[in-house]
Amino acid sequence: MKTPRQIKTPLTDEVITSLNAGDMVLLSGQIYTARDVAHRRLYEALDKGDALPIDLKTAVIFYAAPTPTPPGRIIGSVGPTTSYRMDAFTPRLIESGLRGMIGKGDRSQEVKAAIKKYKAVYFGAIGGIAALTSQCIRKVELVAYEELGPEAIRKITIVDMPLIVVNDVRGNDIYYTARNRWRVKC
Amino acid sequence: MDVKKKIRPAVRRINCKYITAAVRDLFIEANTDLGADVIFALQDSLTKEESPVGKQVLEKIIENADIAFRNKLPVCQDTGLAVVFIELGQDAHIIGGDLRLSVEEGVREAYADGFLRKSVCDPLSRKNTGDNTPAIIHVEVVPGNRLKIIAMPKGGGSENMSTACMLTPSAGIEGIKQVVLERVLQAGANPCPPIIVGVGIGGSLEQACILAKKALLRPTGEENRKDERLAQMEKELLNNINKSGIGPAGLGGRITALAVNLEMMPCHIASLPVAVNIQCHVARHKETII
Ligand code: SF4
Repeated sequence: MKTPRQIKTPLTDEVITSLNAGDMVLLSGQIYTARDVAHRRLYEALDKGDALPIDLKTAVIFYAAPTPTPPGRIIGSVGPTTSYRMDAFTPRLIESGLRGMIGKGDRSQEVKAAIKKYKAVYFGAIGGIAALTSQCIRKVELVAYEELGPEAIRKITIVDMPLIVVNDVRGNDIYYTARNRWRVKC
Repeated sequence: MDVKKKIRPAVRRINCKYITAAVRDLFIEANTDLGADVIFALQDSLTKEESPVGKQVLEKIIENADIAFRNKLPVCQDTGLAVVFIELGQDAHIIGGDLRLSVEEGVREAYADGFLRKSVCDPLSRKNTGDNTPAIIHVEVVPGNRLKIIAMPKGGGSENMSTACMLTPSAGIEGIKQVVLERVLQAGANPCPPIIVGVGIGGSLEQACILAKKALLRPTGEENRKDERLAQMEKELLNNINKSGIGPAGLGGRITALAVNLEMMPCHIASLPVAVNIQCHVARHKETII
């Protein structure tokens, strides 16, 4: 296995196009957490032409809602939620500048097409290892929709978050290829 | 000698405050301390996994459980919908309050004191209820004068991949196997594999679902001991699921499921209800008896 490659936000065109499905990366920099309700709100704001509470240009969104922060810690446990629930909103967000997404599970054809067309990338994180993943987080800042509680949008600063490239700009999908590679054909 | 007195346990009084305290502790413990049976199953699967990436994922899952336990952090950020199974002895007399309310209060305290995520909302407005209640409470009256509480924080990602259907009796065993296999294949990486598959067969629509959920409470790795046919089906299904290639975290490999647990009861002559309840590798449940 190759050693993971270190990359940083904001993700440039050059970095994004150089990523291949199956690549292991360690991501550092600033990213946002947002999930179901926050996505609906961002989408509706775009529809109405309202100002967004975050700058989507070159943004990376982590589909996640952490547990409350215990005393003496930066954040509680945090890990990816299932991405397909955001599929209805994602192409529109990518069109508006979103460059990276972190989640778990398959994306729709529409999302994959938008990833190709607008040069974006979908990273997979391992689900259910949230105590471990939280160790990559250095700073947390609440930026929008506070009333949503865990679902609020937070800006988080991460260092070397281990991820795998799931969907790249060439239309490759590691879930699909890995599954075929390991399936027992009978 | 009064025979009746001898076999019938005396009525025991159980104060509600002990129920609240027990529920609180169980949910905190379940969320931070993954059961030894699950850890053992994960360690065992590590010896069977052939994919290097799959192995790495399994190692991280085991490491995470250890970090969570040592730091008293939730194993997963989705600390679940609070599912509670209660076996209430018919000779237990609940005093000092209301059984259901005291369970809800225990959930409320656990999610506040344990820094657990509140993940319950109004289905239409999606507004968070703020304290992770209401809980899903199943009460069963059983012989005896004790009260058994099983706390099961259930994650949404794996619950979403679950299903129930009413097969025709002609579909038979093959039909049941097909439902289970198709569900797991469609779910892919979504429910955080390696998964545990709970299957309820028979009863009515809702009973099949409850059986499927109860099947998830069985210690991981233990086969169905009541019915040889089910134990056989469990083996076959596990084998077939692990041929899918989905693997740990859906990144390819041999270990897609750690266990398939089947529970069954008789059903109507016209029906064959089947429910499949998917459980992620963060298979949390703790119990106590008061
Ligand atoms: S499916 Fe399980 S492991 Fe995955 S995010 Fe949900 S609760 Fe956590």
